[in-house]
Amino acid sequence: MSGNFPIPWPTPGAVPLAWYLILSAILFTLGVAGFLFRRNIITVFMSIELMLNGVNLSFIAFSYRLKQVDGHIFSFFVMVVAAAEAAVGLAIILTVFKNRSTLEIDEVSSLKL
Amino acid sequence: MDVWLFLTFAVIAVGCAINLVLQTHPISSALSLVGVMGSLAVLYLLLGGEFIAAVQLIVYAGAIMVLFIFVIMLLNAGAERRPTRRVVALWISLPLLFTFIALAAVLVESQAPRTEVVRFGGFTGGTAAEVGRALFTRYLLPFEITSILILIAILGAVVLARKEI
Repeated sequence: MSGNFPIPWPTPGAVPLAWYLILSAILFTLGVAGFLFRRNIITVFMSIELMLNGVNLSFIAFSYRLKQVDGHIFSFFVMVVAAAEAAVGLAIILTVFKNRSTLEIDEVSSLKL
Repeated sequence: MDVWLFLTFAVIAVGCAINLVLQTHPISSALSLVGVMGSLAVLYLLLGGEFIAAVQLIVYAGAIMVLFIFVIMLLNAGAERRPTRRVVALWISLPLLFTFIALAAVLVESQAPRTEVVRFGGFTGGTAAEVGRALFTRYLLPFEITSILILIAILGAVVLARKEI
């Protein structure tokens, strides 16, 4: 523990790195909350995107800290995977809706019709 | 100046994220997610990630969110009918979430020294040239594998969207 916990006001023009990481943790936690609380399958999917965004912020912040570009590359790959996931996931949602005409996650609890 | 920019867009991001979780209609959630992504792009710029900020706006806020909104419109998804917040689950889970955030904050605060600060312009290695150089030399193999991944995703989406399934 490196000091008193309520984070002191920083010097002007400089943001503590910890603030970025804490913001990232908050966004990730809200994504988890949405993933667990929502019933609409599309909103659950958007919560996953929110979690990915929170992790991306951590990657970029650490990239600044280490003065290396690797974190940017990683978050670039995360975006690519998110795009592929969105395409496939939304196609699955379309198919589920075509077969069961519902978007409630609790009603899609069995794999076979 | 940096602090105010950070605080403004951090508050916007967290507010939009909370709105995403609380709204019952998917369209409202999608618009909140666009807000989160836009403010995160500004934060990436503050951290020196010009290329990633542009990609965030173009790919995430542009392409992926348009896909989401397209599907929401296509399925004519309405608001959730049943109440989503059960009282017991709420009273157990919300303190746990706050505990998790507090734990993460304490951990980050204890590990990251007070002298670690972010100044705008302190890291200029995030330009398109630098990212491209790393992407096509050290990360060439993952990059090529990514193209296979996208090809498979396209095929999967086409197969799933056919009529017979």
